[in-house]
Amino acid sequence: MPGLDAEKVRRDFPIFRIKVNGKPFVYLDSAATSQKPKQVINAISRYYKTYNANIHRGVYQISEKATEAYEESKRKVASLINAASLEEIVYTRNTTESINLVALSWAEQNIAKNDRILISELEHHSNIVPWLMLAKRKGAIVDYIKLDAKLCKFDDASVEKGLEKNPKLVAVSHCSNVLGTIIDVKSVAKKAHVVGAKVLIDGAQSVPHMRVDVKEIDADFFAFSGHKMLGPAGIGVLYAKKSLLEEMPPVLGGGDMIRSVEHFGFTANELPWKFEAGTANIEGGIGLGAAVDCLKKLGMDNIRAHERALTKYALERIAGVGGVDVCGLPVNHVDNRVGVIAFEILGVHAHDVASVFDSEGIAVRAGHHCAMPLVVETLHKPALSRMSFYVYNTESDIDRAMDAIRKVKSIFKIKDSARARV
Amino acid sequence: MSIDMYAEEIISHYEHPHNKGKINDPSVLFHELNPVCGDDITVYLNIKDGAVSEAKFSGEGCAISIGAASMLTDELRGKKISDVSAMGPKDVIKMLGIDPGPARLKCATLSLVAVQKAIKTYKG
Repeated sequence: MPGLDAEKVRRDFPIFRIKVNGKPFVYLDSAATSQKPKQVINAISRYYKTYNANIHRGVYQISEKATEAYEESKRKVASLINAASLEEIVYTRNTTESINLVALSWAEQNIAKNDRILISELEHHSNIVPWLMLAKRKGAIVDYIKLDAKLCKFDDASVEKGLEKNPKLVAVSHCSNVLGTIIDVKSVAKKAHVVGAKVLIDGAQSVPHMRVDVKEIDADFFAFSGHKMLGPAGIGVLYAKKSLLEEMPPVLGGGDMIRSVEHFGFTANELPWKFEAGTANIEGGIGLGAAVDCLKKLGMDNIRAHERALTKYALERIAGVGGVDVCGLPVNHVDNRVGVIAFEILGVHAHDVASVFDSEGIAVRAGHHCAMPLVVETLHKPALSRMSFYVYNTESDIDRAMDAIRKVKSIFKIKDSARARV
Repeated sequence: MSIDMYAEEIISHYEHPHNKGKINDPSVLFHELNPVCGDDITVYLNIKDGAVSEAKFSGEGCAISIGAASMLTDELRGKKISDVSAMGPKDVIKMLGIDPGPARLKCATLSLVAVQKAIKTYKG
């Protein structure tokens, strides 16, 4: 593998010492959440053990140290995605909360009755439901960019058609968590800006896996989660252009988000703190900072190259096993897909597949992957199994997965010639 | 999960489910969904003198949910509805002969939940 030695990387992840059902653990569910390296575990533990204190208040030494570590993590995140400064980095709980913050603050002010919000057919629930809720509150309308289910990408004509209705907001995923398709969000943003729409990108599946430059994309809002990028759960990021954040009202009121409070009024704090009411997830921020350090050390381009090679290997191997249907772009388009492979062993329910994998010590996801409109309405599947890769996965993990597929087929007596039911 | 979760008997029930189909004009029917995995089952019961005289089911699901529905509908025939209402996950595990583990218990008990809700509806 060019530039990234996964065998060496694995040694930093204590979880790979466990056994599941007596077998060495194989983790193929990083699109759900990533495993954590000892650098992140130690950073959080060091905070608890040596400088646990609240931030932005104490004048004593360890409080200053905690404040500095928390703020430093924002500078690291800003640099990772090429934001201008930490002022543009708002911490939330996760991608979902980041998107909801935009819905409850910017959209609440800027979307009115009969305004249109354009999303796509491959969105995760987190980029559908907040807009359906907003539409209900405001009497606004949600439109969908149609997915070309065969090509697994947006239908260009459908993007243009959606934009003809002059949406106020275009909200799309950077990478599909089911198909793995990488969307050309730079092109979507450019087109959307021509009609005056603001652009929100759900980057939950891109930031952990490739170099992302929010300025180059020209995203107005960009949301992602710490727990999918080696960091802890409970810390997420909303990037937004400073000019937008300045106009946006806070959603939650309380401590830390204010500069001053009087009996009958208050002045909001400066950016980004005005969106972070109450004691922050300090250890989450510190852990995320350590995660960004790890990613930078590995190199985002190396990570991408490693996962691209694994995806190619897996797609080629899986093609050699009959009776399996793979979703997403074919192997010759591996440049346009991340390390996510949703598949169906024909005639076997996804949950049975995942249970057999588990019996072999392999973790894969089964279900509709929080993308019911895509899986059920567009792809017409009741459920799918999914394997997804990260920095610690190796070709041998994929070989184990192929053996597990053979075991499923043997238990359920599936022939190589099995065909999808139409 | 146990390694032999997919015991031959469950697979056999899954491949050739008993009592699959509808009852026309049943005493009661109930539709139950497992939104997590998309299992979707409708149970149909005929009830006579406080006991189940006939039980059928339709729908789609995984081997555990379909296998369990097949075995359960076999077992229900002739059973008093008060006894059926008193059944719990332990009875399902006993009937299946395997412990599906916490992650799959919902699949295993889906048909029982549907049957119990049907009986509740029947009683009014």
